Amino acid sequence: MAVNELLAASGAETAAMIDSGEVDAGEVLDFWLDRVAADELNGYLWKADRESARAGIRGSGGPLAGVPVAIKDIFCTEGVPTTAASRILDGYIPPYTSTSVSRLTEAGLPMLGKTNMDEFAMGSSNENSAYGPSLNPWDRGRVPGGSSGGSAAVVAGGLAPWALGTDTGGSIRQPAGFCGIVGLKPTYGAISRYGMIAFASSLDQCGPLTRDVTDSALLLATLQGRDEMDSTSVGIEGGIVSPTAERLDGLTFGVPRGLIGAGIESGVLARFEDTLIRIAELGGTIVDIELPHAGHAISAYYVLAPAEASTNLSRYDGVRYGLRSSDEDLLSMYEVTREDGFGPEVKRRIMLGTYALSSGYYDAYYGRAQRVRTRIVEDFDNAFGSVDFVVTPTSPTVAFKLGEKTKDPWTMYQSDLFTVPMSLAGIPAISIPAGLAEPDGGGPELPVGFQIAAPAFAEQKLLEAAFALEAAIEFDGSPALEGGVN
Amino acid sequence: MIEREQVLHVARLSRLRLSEDEIDILTGELASILDHVDKLAEVDIEGVEPTSHVVPLENVLRADEPRPSLDREVALSQAPDPHDGAFRVPSPQAEA
Amino acid sequence: MSTEYEAVIGLEIHVQLSTRTKMFCGCELSFGDDPNVHTCPVCLALPGVLPVPNAKAIEYALQIGAALGCDLSPVSTFDRKNYFYPDNPKAYQITQAATPFAVNGRLGDVRIHHAHLEEDAAKTIHTGGAGRIQGSEASLVDFNRGGTPLVEIVTEPDLRSGAQVREWGQLLRATIKQLGVSDVNMEEGSLRCDANVSIRPVGSEELGTKTEMKNMNSFRFIERGIEAEVARQKEIVASGGTVVQETLHFDPATGELHSLRSKEEAHDYRYLPEPDLVQVIPTQAMIEEAKASLPELPAARAARYEGLGVNEQAALLLSFEVDWAEYFEGVLESRDGIDPRVAANWVTGEFAAELRKQGDIPLAEAKVDPASLATLIGLVNDRKISHGAGKTVLESMVSDGADPETVVAEKGLEQISDSGELEKIVIQAIEDNPKPVEQVRSGNEKAIGALVGAVMKAAQGRADGGEVNRLLRQHLGL
Ligand SMILES: [Mg+2]
Ligand SMILES: [Zn+2]
Repeated sequence: MAVNELLAASGAETAAMIDSGEVDAGEVLDFWLDRVAADELNGYLWKADRESARAGIRGSGGPLAGVPVAIKDIFCTEGVPTTAASRILDGYIPPYTSTSVSRLTEAGLPMLGKTNMDEFAMGSSNENSAYGPSLNPWDRGRVPGGSSGGSAAVVAGGLAPWALGTDTGGSIRQPAGFCGIVGLKPTYGAISRYGMIAFASSLDQCGPLTRDVTDSALLLATLQGRDEMDSTSVGIEGGIVSPTAERLDGLTFGVPRGLIGAGIESGVLARFEDTLIRIAELGGTIVDIELPHAGHAISAYYVLAPAEASTNLSRYDGVRYGLRSSDEDLLSMYEVTREDGFGPEVKRRIMLGTYALSSGYYDAYYGRAQRVRTRIVEDFDNAFGSVDFVVTPTSPTVAFKLGEKTKDPWTMYQSDLFTVPMSLAGIPAISIPAGLAEPDGGGPELPVGFQIAAPAFAEQKLLEAAFALEAAIEFDGSPALEGGVN
Repeated sequence: MIEREQVLHVARLSRLRLSEDEIDILTGELASILDHVDKLAEVDIEGVEPTSHVVPLENVLRADEPRPSLDREVALSQAPDPHDGAFRVPSPQAEA
Repeated sequence: MSTEYEAVIGLEIHVQLSTRTKMFCGCELSFGDDPNVHTCPVCLALPGVLPVPNAKAIEYALQIGAALGCDLSPVSTFDRKNYFYPDNPKAYQITQAATPFAVNGRLGDVRIHHAHLEEDAAKTIHTGGAGRIQGSEASLVDFNRGGTPLVEIVTEPDLRSGAQVREWGQLLRATIKQLGVSDVNMEEGSLRCDANVSIRPVGSEELGTKTEMKNMNSFRFIERGIEAEVARQKEIVASGGTVVQETLHFDPATGELHSLRSKEEAHDYRYLPEPDLVQVIPTQAMIEEAKASLPELPAARAARYEGLGVNEQAALLLSFEVDWAEYFEGVLESRDGIDPRVAANWVTGEFAAELRKQGDIPLAEAKVDPASLATLIGLVNDRKISHGAGKTVLESMVSDGADPETVVAEKGLEQISDSGELEKIVIQAIEDNPKPVEQVRSGNEKAIGALVGAVMKAAQGRADGGEVNRLLRQHLGL
């Protein structure tokens, strides 16, 4: 068994190798644990030890049994530290396991470790981790994206076959795009949120980061479904099967030209246009559409998400778990603990959200943003009346340099310009690699993501289209295989 | 436009004891973010219902059947100051 | 001249529902267990958890709404109410602000503004600081109670006095108790009452500045507390001052009011719709079930008892206390032809008095079952024993659970039914008491009382007063 074979194999291919007896699940695990041990990307915040990870292999589990998985450190795991990359949860060990991790464990997927992320999933660069940023395997001077930056980096960097992430405004899709892998944000409600540390409850959704579209379908099939511990979980009717489409005949792809304007890098735009040509070659139809309110999505999002976050993060108070910095008196316990425990971006959003909900400002901010959200939902409803999919670049730029955007929060927020509207509408969207491009102003060629969005619960259709397009694009860039990493 | 006084008020509501530097920085940052956010006023929301979330569900309820609770040692295992089977916290500051 | 002021009082009542499990998790409800033995990730608000509402709590809430004559909302939703306190683990309480499940009701002569569902806070016990580094005071938090389902009932400011609050509160308690959805035990905190109190010139429609009186644990204390507060406010206004909005605590031991001033700034609860929960849309079936399951409520029950001939006072007494009403109905059922009016008088009169006399025995612990009391009432009614002997028998019944007929036999209390025997005693009494006999014969009929007394004494209370009277008159030739 050549080492490069396992490294190059997708999750599905690895599962097939185990199934055929070509390789033993224990060997697979050892191989990946060795890779994890040599992590130079700061991709992992916690690494599984060999013994406990081996216990996670089930002899005759499901079709994916034995293929190890990396878990974003936002999913609670019983007996294993879970920090959400925050100092306030440093050393915290939950007494229960999230539904998503349980479903993967039941399917026989051993956990390799917990991946780095922006603190409480707030960020687009992974620079908001209390444990330092994880690095982009294509260029370690650049960010992997965020907030699921660690999950994207370890998959792209050959430190895991696949990974679990979460997406609130683009946190799976944007890092997948920056790292040249596939990232899927399912419909809100498709996968249980139970045990996933909350950022913005009405937007948070769990999803896979994988080498290819088939792997995304396989993980989604395992993860999706109604969960009695999450009142807002629905599941996907009929489940998910591996996609097989080769053509896009009869399918219409809407391009919101009004949204894809200023601020987009020329290289990114070029790969986007290339991909539209691929779609047409496969028989798909490209039409221009209007999403009249999508341009306001970032503004609405930066009211709604911080507002929900401000209340979700109030539970970190030093009473029952986590950090307690002061015992002076009750008020100090709260104020000093939270001041010490939260990083700058989290504080910024707590402040912003508290302000937006506070007496006298609710209507002007929260109430208005909720109504703009309704407008955006209507925009997509209208669009899907005439097209099957909405497509955009995943991000306006390729991966940027560490520190490049940390000075100005609003500039950083623009990174999610194309991903936030789908989050507000709760619809599924996938980012697939569309090739490489140089950043504006020069630099190494870096991956560009192509985003496809579909109506709520149309994941199967979305995966079929993405699968056909992926084959046509033939992206095979991998920093891990080219010796760029480790 | 957000003023320093409002930032202090919001910090109190949020239970964050910000340093002087942080207050200055946040006042500027929040003002700049709110400047952008204020563009929401351009959207016509006349007669539009608010969207809290997009789940097409109602009446998702749980049967009134007990489930096992945590062992107390487990419940208290992560507590910063467990005492006598309870979570101990400092009292509110006595009034002068 | 001086202006007349009247009190304006509105109530907020928290009712703990007696479901098996908490509002949003499967932990069992308990009272008096060791601290923190009924907790789980959800009710400890660990990172990542989500609430799932208890169907039974919604059912109970709808029943309360229906019993209070409320409109049940076609859509009801949950909101987050944000505030930091150690007994509030998420730092927000899940409650209903925008669309409570029931609105616009009425109970008796008080309008109900609305009723909403929410979760209870945990229990905090304040302790000394021994063992802590700073040696300052500390609190211990016990999350057993945290997350208990509560229905909060908010009235319009329709009450005018402490006494009215007590009476109405008792009606509310009886009503909810009868639904079987709560223990409504004020001492254990399953019923808690806050009162908003203000005063205004009689005839004015405006509301004055109100103070809030928190968590008083009996309706008697509430009555006294409100009376004290109304007096305090009147005094302030009379001396030219103004009432300040504040929260007060009434100390029933001293009769004093204390201000509960908090160091923290005025509350800004920053309500927002709870994104973790979907809306509740009561189905027609849910609404009909809630209405159909309503038992006969106190007001209707009192009217029915009065229709049976029971006097108003006894009818109200019985209706307010479900267990008394049930006892009374048990008495009626145990004996055909028993007069409800007489039975009600025995239950609320002699029997209740005897329980009180023998050390405030609660009805539930009384050794006398309804059938035995019915037998006793029958004995008196059928003139087998006198009314006075009946009370003697009741005393033994209450103290040792004795059977009434056995007591009558053992103590020889049976009335002299043989009129020949009684007649002998009467003739003897006439012979032995010439003086009253003379008075009666000379026209002073009142003097017959002395002769009745003499007969009764000779018969050791076993004679029927009416019969004695009849025989005396016969033999005196009246
Ligand atoms: Mg309340
Ligand atoms: Zn619980």
